[in-house]
Amino acid sequence: MIEAQGLAKYFGRFTALRSLTVTIGRGEFISLFGRNGAGKTTFLRVVAGLSRPSSGSLRILDPEPLAPLAARGLMGYLSHNTALYLDLTALENLRFYAELHGLPHQDSDLERRIDVVGLSGRGHEPVRNYSRGMQQRLAIARAFLHDPQILLLDEPFTGLDQAGTEFLKGYLAGARRDGKTCIMATHDVPLGYELADRMLVIEKGVVALDLSKSRVSLAEFQSRYAELAGES
Amino acid sequence: MIAKVWAIFRKDMLIELRTKDSLNAMLFFGIVVLVIFNFALEPVRESVRAAVPGVLWVAFAFAGTLGLNRMFAAEKENSCLQGLLMVPVDRGILYLGKMLAASVFMLLTEAVVFVLCLVFFNLTVWSEIPWLALIFLVGTLGFTSVGTLLSAVAANTRMREVLLPLILFPVVLPVIVNAVEATGIVLNTVDYGALRLPVTFMSVFTIVFTTVAYLLFDFVLED
Repeated sequence: MIEAQGLAKYFGRFTALRSLTVTIGRGEFISLFGRNGAGKTTFLRVVAGLSRPSSGSLRILDPEPLAPLAARGLMGYLSHNTALYLDLTALENLRFYAELHGLPHQDSDLERRIDVVGLSGRGHEPVRNYSRGMQQRLAIARAFLHDPQILLLDEPFTGLDQAGTEFLKGYLAGARRDGKTCIMATHDVPLGYELADRMLVIEKGVVALDLSKSRVSLAEFQSRYAELAGES
Repeated sequence: MIAKVWAIFRKDMLIELRTKDSLNAMLFFGIVVLVIFNFALEPVRESVRAAVPGVLWVAFAFAGTLGLNRMFAAEKENSCLQGLLMVPVDRGILYLGKMLAASVFMLLTEAVVFVLCLVFFNLTVWSEIPWLALIFLVGTLGFTSVGTLLSAVAANTRMREVLLPLILFPVVLPVIVNAVEATGIVLNTVDYGALRLPVTFMSVFTIVFTTVAYLLFDFVLED
């Protein structure tokens, strides 16, 4: 579904990605690990079409290679930045994004989505009044409004309370059952391991470890990850 | 396409109506310019009508730049721009929605500044208002067609407030010069046939730069 071949991304003299090659199959759940600045977010942004690679190629296949516009329609991007307009209400935020996605945007439908993320009765309040966790819950509704086939998640659990965390874990488990492709960048090794089919460790812009969960226990993965971090 | 341009425009209008961040700043700046010129031109009160086109477009251009500076700064807050860039619409549509909103903010400011200008300089212009409205509209669209694109460029830099005027004014200077000339023709002569050249120039400028900006916007917004 996603083929990255020799991806490189430079910001001036800083190298964020250095010839990163990886193939991600349809329905795989990938957890991306790596230290701050290793290149996880840059990789997600390149896949999302938010950042143009300096060299190398990236193809989104369904099953034929898709044009960037069509590929964006298949993706949902959720990060610790909520991409919500603070001066609009939750309903207005969802209505705006639904209009841009060309989805039906009746209030009843949008209110149901707000209920699902646990914000019942708060749809008419400006997002500015929400706590950080409530904003992240609404960001989940916004990012997955169009039922995307590829979920790109950059530290998606940031700011969520226990109930919010359980909700998002449940949502991602459901997405995995439905055959959606998920790529999640996280620093939480047990959580990333729990959700993943495959773990990638990015170090200095390249894939330093690529392990299937079926072949490695959590303890073994933690030890190899720590060893890698210690080496570099 | 029109529905999506409208959605972006309506969102920007709704936020502005609630916060009034841009309009307040633009109006304040426009009025300050008028007050300064009102005092500066006091000694030549008899021939002030000849200076009014320049005064008006100085106020419009600087107030418009303030509004354009806010256009994408607001999208940067909370990474809203990232959310916008992920929707499966041609990024040129984002440009058109933003340009439309910037034009409406600027035209609203121009309407208030113009009325105050009439009061400050004691002018009567009832019969000229349709012509002036046409010039303000075409001049504003020319200004925002470039300004919206450059505002997106500047928004990705650390010194956006300083950078935008530096890169905007050299490009829009021909529009401002022609707008001043056209406004002067309406206020100071009765030869409306002379309007053809500056209005045609501003219209062609707007069409060319809107097309170029529509096509380039995708490249401007990506890292």
